[in-house]
Amino acid sequence: MKKSYKIDVDCANCANKMEDAAKKTPGVKDAVVNFMTLKMNVEFEEGQDPKSVMKQVLQNCKRVEDDCEIFI
Amino acid sequence: MNKKQKKMLVRIIVSALMMIGLSFVSATGITGFILYMIPYLIIGYDILIKAFKGIKNRQVFDESFLMAVATIGAIALAFYEKSGDYTEAVAVMLFYQIGEWFQSYAVGKSRRNISELMDIRPDYANIEKDGGLERVDPDEVETGSIIVVQPGEKVPIDGIVEEGNSSLNTGALTGESLPRDVKVGDEIVSGCINMTGVLKIRTTREFGESTVSKILDLVENASSRKSKSEDFISRFAKVYTPAVCISALVLALLPPVIRMLILSADAQWGVWIYRALTFLVISCPCALVISIPLSFFAGIGGASNAGVLVKGSNYLETLSRTKIVVFDKTGTLTQGVFEVNGIHHNELENEKLIEYAALVESSSSHPISKSLQRAYGKKPDRSRVSEIQEISGKGIIAKVDGIDVAVGNSKLMDKLNVPYINCHQVGTIIHMAINGEYAGHIVISDIVKPTSKDAIRALKKVGITKTVMLTGDAKKVADQVAESLGIDTVYSELLPDDKVNKVEELINSKEEKAKLAFVGDGINDAPVLSRADIGIAMGAMGSDAAIEAADVVLMDDDPMKIAKAIKISRKCMGIVYQNIVFAIGVKVICLLLGAVGIANMWLAIFADVGVMIIAVLNAIRALFVKKL
Repeated sequence: MKKSYKIDVDCANCANKMEDAAKKTPGVKDAVVNFMTLKMNVEFEEGQDPKSVMKQVLQNCKRVEDDCEIFI
Repeated sequence: MNKKQKKMLVRIIVSALMMIGLSFVSATGITGFILYMIPYLIIGYDILIKAFKGIKNRQVFDESFLMAVATIGAIALAFYEKSGDYTEAVAVMLFYQIGEWFQSYAVGKSRRNISELMDIRPDYANIEKDGGLERVDPDEVETGSIIVVQPGEKVPIDGIVEEGNSSLNTGALTGESLPRDVKVGDEIVSGCINMTGVLKIRTTREFGESTVSKILDLVENASSRKSKSEDFISRFAKVYTPAVCISALVLALLPPVIRMLILSADAQWGVWIYRALTFLVISCPCALVISIPLSFFAGIGGASNAGVLVKGSNYLETLSRTKIVVFDKTGTLTQGVFEVNGIHHNELENEKLIEYAALVESSSSHPISKSLQRAYGKKPDRSRVSEIQEISGKGIIAKVDGIDVAVGNSKLMDKLNVPYINCHQVGTIIHMAINGEYAGHIVISDIVKPTSKDAIRALKKVGITKTVMLTGDAKKVADQVAESLGIDTVYSELLPDDKVNKVEELINSKEEKAKLAFVGDGINDAPVLSRADIGIAMGAMGSDAAIEAADVVLMDDDPMKIAKAIKISRKCMGIVYQNIVFAIGVKVICLLLGAVGIANMWLAIFADVGVMIIAVLNAIRALFVKKL
């Protein structure tokens, strides 16, 4: 399953860090952060609940870049 | 400017003014320290907080952390050496923040500008209700409803005109400035702007399925498919920061230790630590990381404004390396509609001959008959035709105004014992006999698009080494078209599968670096579009199959756009490479100068912020593609 989320982040490198953090989150098959359109496209693994996975993704993103937001 | 940016701007101005004020005051010792700390904290408190959080989260290479270390280090050094020169540390923080502010402002602004450029999203649809118009969300309009589009409004949903005439501006979709006229019964695509008259439209699709939604979706997701250059930069950034930090550590420790132990000279800790701190200032990779996606975003935005939709940054990259262009013939280089293309050996006037042919064929629904009707231009008066006899596989014989007219192929002429003249031109030949006498023939063929020849020439000019045409048509027809257009190689009489095989052959026989583009109209060539290095579909307004299968979609069916698309991609890639080389180059030079002590922290921060500003401005240049 794929979903797109709106995000807010200030710098391009931070967006790359968020992408890495999201990719490493369990339950996420692949993630792409688009800094220019401020969107995060997440592909979830089979049978995962997007809501709970995204909570974890947000937590991981906050760890690498404190000043970021994902509108879940 | 948003709230965050405004607040930042105030902080920048306040601390800059304080710094100017402080330069007139000669405060020394602890007073000086305290006085300088005020602007430092005003401008940098958020960086310090973020740095602290970074340590907590073990993000050592976080740029806030690095800036904090660099500036606190510089302050400590000034304090320790009792020089009282805190200006540098505060200035570094100040300029860093100015750079960040500019970046956020410029990116926000170009983000808005580019989105506006691509903004074809209709906000509402008008529905007639109780004699008045009601504005509703286009999403709520069901298929088959009647919507009203007033002059100046966007057509929100695809449909068919039920009532009214108007001119449409398709500029936002195709980049074409010429208005298009529509009348009752015409299909109309969403995203066009209604210019002159009120139109009532019966919707044929839901909003989500309409052209405008599809295009928006495509463009918005385009920059998510990242190019190799973007991958390179993000990988580079990941290595760059740690590498510079480690070198800074080495620079701070190794030379003093060597001086002390081996040269038994003074260690000069202060000098080397200062140089190391300079390194930290340069370690931020932001200029690089921002300018590349921004260039692609601007390039894709500019292209879509010119009617060229590119589905991803990676395709823009491939397109710029295209060396071989393979065309499908029908519908791509030719119009795909059969038209009267010549009238030869006629005794009567051309118009008269066409009139007779059209009248005789007036009851037939054969495509050939339709082209004759089109050439005639008027509605045939059937009362003038009598005794129509259709001779299967040969043609039609009838009386027009009481005169015997025979219209058909050479077999019909043979049957009627009329001597005929064969045509040197390729196409479908329609012989005519009037009163048993040969009256000439009409050639009907697919006509080449008016811009096809120029398009091929333009492609050669942008450095395409080989042009190839694939067609299922007869060899004679194909060869003639190819020759008239100046195409290098032709493969004719191909079945759909053969086209894929041919493209595969061509891909295997070319060099690895040269890319092959296939251009088709998206109808039954989807497999070829996806097999080619880059598939270009043209005339895609309203064609889902084309939008789906292709990597690049040309909104109108003008082949000139192919060369334009390639030029746009080249310009964009040029800017990307300029930015990569420029940003990395300046950083490396600064690192070298910093290591030997020529560049101080001032120069380092100027270089860092300056490079970023120039790279961002350069990236925005990719947006301007109108004159290419």
